[in-house]
Amino acid sequence: MLAAAIVIAGLAGWEALVRGGVVDQLLLPAPSQVASALWEDRDLLGSDLAVTLQEVLVGLLAAVAVGAALGIGMHVSVAIRRALRPLVIGSQAVPVPVIAPLLILVLGFGLAPKVLLVALVCFFPVTINLYDGLRRVDPDARKLLRSFDATRWQSFRLLEAPAALPAAFTGLKVAAAVSVIGAVFAEWAGSDAGLGHALLTANGQLETPRAFAATFLLFALAVTLYGAFALLERRVVKWR
Amino acid sequence: MRTQTEAPAVEPRHARSREAGVTLDGVAKAYGDVRALADVSLRAAPRETVAVVGPSGCGKSTLLELVCGLLEPDAGVLHSPPAALMPQRDGLLPWLSALDNAGLALRVAGVSRADARAAAYQHFADFGLAGFERALPSELSGGMRQRVAFLRTLLAGRPVLCLDEPFGALDALTRAQLQRWLAGALAREPRTVLLVTHDVEEAVLLADRIVLLSPRPGRVVAELEVPLEHPRERTDPRVVELREQALGALGVV
Repeated sequence: MLAAAIVIAGLAGWEALVRGGVVDQLLLPAPSQVASALWEDRDLLGSDLAVTLQEVLVGLLAAVAVGAALGIGMHVSVAIRRALRPLVIGSQAVPVPVIAPLLILVLGFGLAPKVLLVALVCFFPVTINLYDGLRRVDPDARKLLRSFDATRWQSFRLLEAPAALPAAFTGLKVAAAVSVIGAVFAEWAGSDAGLGHALLTANGQLETPRAFAATFLLFALAVTLYGAFALLERRVVKWR
Repeated sequence: MRTQTEAPAVEPRHARSREAGVTLDGVAKAYGDVRALADVSLRAAPRETVAVVGPSGCGKSTLLELVCGLLEPDAGVLHSPPAALMPQRDGLLPWLSALDNAGLALRVAGVSRADARAAAYQHFADFGLAGFERALPSELSGGMRQRVAFLRTLLAGRPVLCLDEPFGALDALTRAQLQRWLAGALAREPRTVLLVTHDVEEAVLLADRIVLLSPRPGRVVAELEVPLEHPRERTDPRVVELREQALGALGVV
């Protein structure tokens, strides 16, 4: 209730500021203008949303597959850990806006470079959280399984994997929240559709209400993906 | 009343040493510069309950981990049939139901999930856990968690049980109930038991013999026989006298 009141008050204040002429409408459109742009350009924005959604979902899927494999690999093998940890961490120092155009040059204007950039942004939180989760197992439980002569695989399946699930979901939720960043930068570097592309063209045409409408959809996309993972977490991690 | 607790899959492996007791001779263990145990010698005859009592940090838990084969002694000789550990905190896995936690050792031994559940289920009524088969550990009281943990230890099907302060984290009332209950459970299912505790009274109530350890590095300072029949009452003058005797040997009184 209070949260809704705060949002409504914020929007009302914003609306009043713009209507009262305090800021130029070209720079900052009123919420009502954004809402009507959202409605009037719904066909255009809807198809852009579908394009970006596809990029984000395929990219997230790739990030989860690669991220989980890396996290488990680094946990199980010291050699893999030593070899890959600097690369995994270093990958996050690469500025996405800089490599996005390079990827477009190499991979073309299609889906591939977008998926790759989303995956590059998203695999890191998945890997690191899973890796930490696998290591932070109750030492008593570890002793217990050893006293039962559990094999390495049994310890992983019965103890480490379930114990790491909450941390793994934290990684997934962070990945979901940042996934659209990768998609937008990839679209900016070269594309003919998607919300990032819509944002760029609307800006160029000084159609600020439509640019804001596209931004709103990106915002909603990230929140929805996060919510979906949070919901899944509640169904899977029942013991928390 | 005798109930079956051994899984068929684990029985043959331990059968040959089933009647052997636990023997420690001059056992020492250090962690780096910290000497946990120095020259500890003790024995537990088959089906005997031996309580190991000593101040905090005297290496009691280390002793159990040695017997369970989780650690190797630095010096001395240790002989023990396969032993099952009940760790200090119950060690229940929070994502498994009470039934699955109780059957965990069977699962590790290769028993199917259904058979492990069936084996654990047979004991749930005796253990006062009926109706809580599907409950997660977080939904159980402290006393119930300890009973699930003890059942898990029992179902491991090993001739020796190593209980590490099984009731240390419980309130006084629950502890008293569970001590009584454990004495009954061991009377029904006799095993060789090493019971580590810092509670002298608990040792007198449950054990056939009490081994008293010094502060770190732990060494045996005295041994007391407890020639009393079960059930024992804490108000029994003989219990009180043995308790005072043990405290005296530890230098408390």
